[in-house]
Amino acid sequence: MVSAPRPRFGQSIPGSAIATAASTRRSFLRNAALGGAILGAPSLLAACGGDSGGGGGSADGTVKFGLNEAQGSGPAYDRAAAMVAAYEKKTGRTVDVNAVDHNTFQENLNTYLQGAPDDVFSWFAGFRMAQLAENGLISDISDVWPIDGMTDAFKTAATAPDGKQYFVPVAYYPWAVFYRKSVFEKNGWVAPENKDDLDALMQDMQGKGITPFAFGDKDGWPAMGTFDILNMRLNGFDFHMELMAGDAAWDSAEVKNVFSTWGDLLPYHQEDPLGRTWQESATSMAKGDCGMYLLGTFVVDAIADTQDDLDFFTFPALDDSIGSDALDAPIDGFCLAAGGPNQEGGKEMLKFIGTAEAADAANNGADAPMIAANANASTDTYSDLQKKSAEVVGAAANIAQFLDRDTNSDFASTVMIPSIQDFLKNPGDIDGITASIEQQKQSIF
Amino acid sequence: MDNDTTTTRAVPRRRRMAAGDRLVVTLMVVVPALLVLWLVWLPALGSIALSFGRWNGFGDLSTIEWIGFQNYRDVTTIYPPFWPAVRHNLIWLVFLFVFPTLLGMLLAVVLDREMRGGRFYQTAFYMPVVLSLALVGFIWQLFYSRDQGLINQVFGSEVDWYGDPNVNLWAVLVATAWRHTGYIMLIYLAGLKGVDQSLREAAAVDGASESKTFFSVVFPVMKPINMIVLVIVVIESLRAFDIVWVINKGRNGLELIGALVNQNVIGEATRYGFGSALAVIMMVISSVFIAMYLRIVFREQEER
Repeated sequence: MVSAPRPRFGQSIPGSAIATAASTRRSFLRNAALGGAILGAPSLLAACGGDSGGGGGSADGTVKFGLNEAQGSGPAYDRAAAMVAAYEKKTGRTVDVNAVDHNTFQENLNTYLQGAPDDVFSWFAGFRMAQLAENGLISDISDVWPIDGMTDAFKTAATAPDGKQYFVPVAYYPWAVFYRKSVFEKNGWVAPENKDDLDALMQDMQGKGITPFAFGDKDGWPAMGTFDILNMRLNGFDFHMELMAGDAAWDSAEVKNVFSTWGDLLPYHQEDPLGRTWQESATSMAKGDCGMYLLGTFVVDAIADTQDDLDFFTFPALDDSIGSDALDAPIDGFCLAAGGPNQEGGKEMLKFIGTAEAADAANNGADAPMIAANANASTDTYSDLQKKSAEVVGAAANIAQFLDRDTNSDFASTVMIPSIQDFLKNPGDIDGITASIEQQKQSIF
Repeated sequence: MDNDTTTTRAVPRRRRMAAGDRLVVTLMVVVPALLVLWLVWLPALGSIALSFGRWNGFGDLSTIEWIGFQNYRDVTTIYPPFWPAVRHNLIWLVFLFVFPTLLGMLLAVVLDREMRGGRFYQTAFYMPVVLSLALVGFIWQLFYSRDQGLINQVFGSEVDWYGDPNVNLWAVLVATAWRHTGYIMLIYLAGLKGVDQSLREAAAVDGASESKTFFSVVFPVMKPINMIVLVIVVIESLRAFDIVWVINKGRNGLELIGALVNQNVIGEATRYGFGSALAVIMMVISSVFIAMYLRIVFREQEER
């Protein structure tokens, strides 16, 4: 089960504790119950939605809204609730919110969509969305597009391989290299702009007894961010997407080059990453033991005290012919379930969700704002980091969604996580690892 | 009615039951039998069927692609975590047999002597048992964390207890044993209390030493308890799953078959066929031990 990286708010206990407590025995039992329900029994998740009588084709009926944040779980829920309230106030329609815990929602989505789903539900852009579209589980909402204020990069992310749109983006968070401004100033370091700068910076850090890169991969997914960025820098965005789609070979020279480059960089990373959570790595950077950390902007959740001292740069170009204009910036948003009873009403609501007005309502209704996908949204509530994130993503030519969202989730969680961990244990065995990935890929795709 | 006749035949020495009793007995046999059939055998057979197909859960059952033994071939040939998982399950079994069982027995014998504060020690050792293994994993994380954990802080070491694949299985086994020992201790304690005091006295009169009394008199008398412990250890080690799942989802040195099934079927990955093949393999391994156990039990009944 891959936990797609996402902001987690309000952490006051040690990060490592949260990561461990994340999956309780009870939630396992609940999942087991769902797993046992494959043979036709209704899923618990669908049952949460209440009656599925529905208002037919009329846009005026109640819209059912499936949210992947439990009530009271933090700013993410508050933002969605504020958005819903704004829609109800504006149109006078009613929205029936079905709020489910994040991981539960994600893990049971398949059963949910094939049972009695809500009309509009939270989901991710990219392959994950395309997979649902191909299986006819979500509705074509091309007529909601174009959305005023959404750039082409977002439209592409909302488009399935059949050329139609199935998704309305709401928020995103880029992956970049974070560092503490005070540490950089004290040592006279500046953000590197090319490979030579980066090499010099890493060597200088190491000379001063500071580990250049914080690194933790206990949960299996954080290291995917490193793979993604190296692959996009060395082989370009198009190759990356082909690889994710299962078309390019994992035992190709290109992929081997990514791993061998990564192997060269490993001595500049924290040792023993497999026992360390990303929260612990973030703490190492906050304490100044490590100079930099490649992670999503949610890194601030683990080290909120140092938020004002944090800054970031995008990973520098490794090959000048490819440049550095692609990055991971997973996009969260909403889809229309094909099984939802109120298709027209759902579409109306999605139209509203995409607007700057909805984004502003959401950000004004919560303590911590999101980075809105709509470029016209007000940035007044943003922190400095968020303002810079918006600029960086706005300037990016291509946005990837992160490995576990850009590829088949079976492949990401059962093949890529163990394989990357194998590589980190045994960086010398690139041929063996890439061959194994390719073999397993062929049994899945 | 079939059930009815078999139940009456099973207790031939008693006189024929009244109609009401027969109805009650019939219901007591039929209802659990149906439940077992519905909740155990049907899903088990369903898993076996699914293990011969490829299905990602999208669409109905007609979308299953039947691929014969391909899943089993893939599991054993190109799925790197499988063989380590089998090995780890076996290590788990042997470890639980050796350390927590012996330690639990020792604690029980010591606590059985009604020393001062015995109740306190008993509670202290039993306490971990009431915690779920998931919570145990979390508690030990506070000791084991490489950068912030207690052990490395106190000893100034830099061992990556949960992350180093050469170490983490043993670290987890220690955490499991911490909980399991109390369980075994309690069972033996109950068993020791049930041993007839006159046996010990007779042994003492015959001049047997303490240890001789234990090994030659008390231990053999506790045979039923030993059987229970044996079964518990086997079941606990084969179903071991939750602690590695909370630690790292059963990856990187902590692969267990149960965790692999979960990775593939429950959660985001939906490799139902592949996961079912793993589950069937796990079922076969468990059946070996169950068959061994049943054979011992039945042989004992015959001897009686």
